[in-house]
Amino acid sequence: MDTSMGELDGNGPGPVRPVLEAPDIARVLTRIAHEIVERAKGADDVVLLGIPTRGAHLARRLGAKLEEITGRPLPVGSLDITMYRDDLRMRPARALARTEIPAEGVDGRLVVLVDDVLFSGRTIRAALDALGDIGRPRAVQLAVLVDRGHRELPIRADYVGKNLPTSLRETVKVRLAEEDGRDGVLLGERREAEAAPSGER
Amino acid sequence: MPLFPGGNPRTSGHLISAADLTRDDAVRILDTAEEMARLADRPIKKLPALRGRTIVNLFFEDSTRTRISFEAAEKRLSADVINFAAKGSSVSKGESLKDTAQTLEAMGVDAVVIRHGASGAPYRLATSGWIDAAVVNAGDGTHQHPTQALLDAFTMRRRLIGPDAGLGRDLAGRRITIVGDILHSRVARSNVDLLNTLGAQVTLVAPPTLLPVGVEGWPCEVSYDLDAVLPKSDAVMMLRVQRERMNAAFFPTEREYSRRYGLDVQRMERMPGHAVVMHPGPMVRGMEITAEVADSGRCTVTEQVANGVSIRMAVLYLLLGGSEHAGAPGSTAGTADTTARSEEK
Repeated sequence: MDTSMGELDGNGPGPVRPVLEAPDIARVLTRIAHEIVERAKGADDVVLLGIPTRGAHLARRLGAKLEEITGRPLPVGSLDITMYRDDLRMRPARALARTEIPAEGVDGRLVVLVDDVLFSGRTIRAALDALGDIGRPRAVQLAVLVDRGHRELPIRADYVGKNLPTSLRETVKVRLAEEDGRDGVLLGERREAEAAPSGER
Repeated sequence: MPLFPGGNPRTSGHLISAADLTRDDAVRILDTAEEMARLADRPIKKLPALRGRTIVNLFFEDSTRTRISFEAAEKRLSADVINFAAKGSSVSKGESLKDTAQTLEAMGVDAVVIRHGASGAPYRLATSGWIDAAVVNAGDGTHQHPTQALLDAFTMRRRLIGPDAGLGRDLAGRRITIVGDILHSRVARSNVDLLNTLGAQVTLVAPPTLLPVGVEGWPCEVSYDLDAVLPKSDAVMMLRVQRERMNAAFFPTEREYSRRYGLDVQRMERMPGHAVVMHPGPMVRGMEITAEVADSGRCTVTEQVANGVSIRMAVLYLLLGGSEHAGAPGSTAGTADTTARSEEK
């Protein structure tokens, strides 16, 4: 979900290392688009649902790439998971994001969930619950820009932009032009005091 | 994030008065309601946000639409709902508000939605220490009805700015006219407070006998001439003449009231083309509004009912959806968010 962290802009402790630059992100999305077409045998019934905020932007980019490849526009939407989170009660009420289900719906279609970082897997579990209240897809797949490991649930991605082995002390920040002005994936060091219990993430 | 609502530390964690809402609180509620409204298009109109929370609807005064609206909102958020009507309960046997509150506290309820004939009853319930639950005012005497003001502002923002274009915006510069029985109307009081907070200019129009003492101190204009105000209004809200609260002669005859302060088609045509007609319900057709106006496309009465469910969902979600509500001043619940990590993968 939201991976914005002010201290990674250079004023926090610890070095910040770019892992993916803007051209890398573009290439990775092109590759994932081709993989989706290959695995879905033409992507005729694919619906892309991005998880706000950055997953929704990635889903729109992926949708544009798929349209280039297949020559047909493809339904793209967003799926807010806030109210399905398992840590909803651990903080004051959060702002809701937009859920936008394409007019075609999801029933009987292949839904590809799109998110920026796959970490504990809890966001995806929440997304599967949210999807269950919207319809019954033929199948659900998952595309992520970065898989940083440390899963806490039996969840895996079908399409991975980059596998990034990390320690729990590290932070992964995805920046996208639509949200942050420019593209990039940054690996940083978590401040000691901020190490949250694993359930929080 | 600071306390919610932030306008009055004594009642933060509760919704007692529209005057307690800051501009940011109000816009946050309207934006949340906009997302809640999208649920209406879904096959399963239910969200899990309040699973396992118990909400009591404590109604000491008759109300059908407000109670049903709260109940629908609570059920759509998966809360457990207990309806408590004063008739047929121990209240009719003489039980005090304090004893009722302590009974509910012993049952472990998380929120109390209260309607009471006495102005100030919800404030008393929220600040007395009798009960830990969040208190939502569903109308108290002639004092306040904050969720009605919020749903009216939500309806105005959707109609005058647009559902998506309105996100994050207030009602700055919009001219709202409220017509009718201001004296007995908690809806008018709440609307004046909230609309003023949201930057709108409010004009009250009523016969002098139906204006409360001290109205000149309210943040609004007052006029006795409906026809002069109509061409300068973006929204006109017609109020019902509350006969059940009237114990004196406030105007000579109903016919005269309706001729001077009722909205008919001729008057509606004096309004600008984009302007809407609102009514909190229940309408008395032929009195404050004619049937043609009530049934016209510019009248938002049924939209207001639908928007009421979305607004009440938003209020309940923001008060109860997160960690323990900030019931007392100095509670940490409201400040935890500022230290919370923004990375949540």
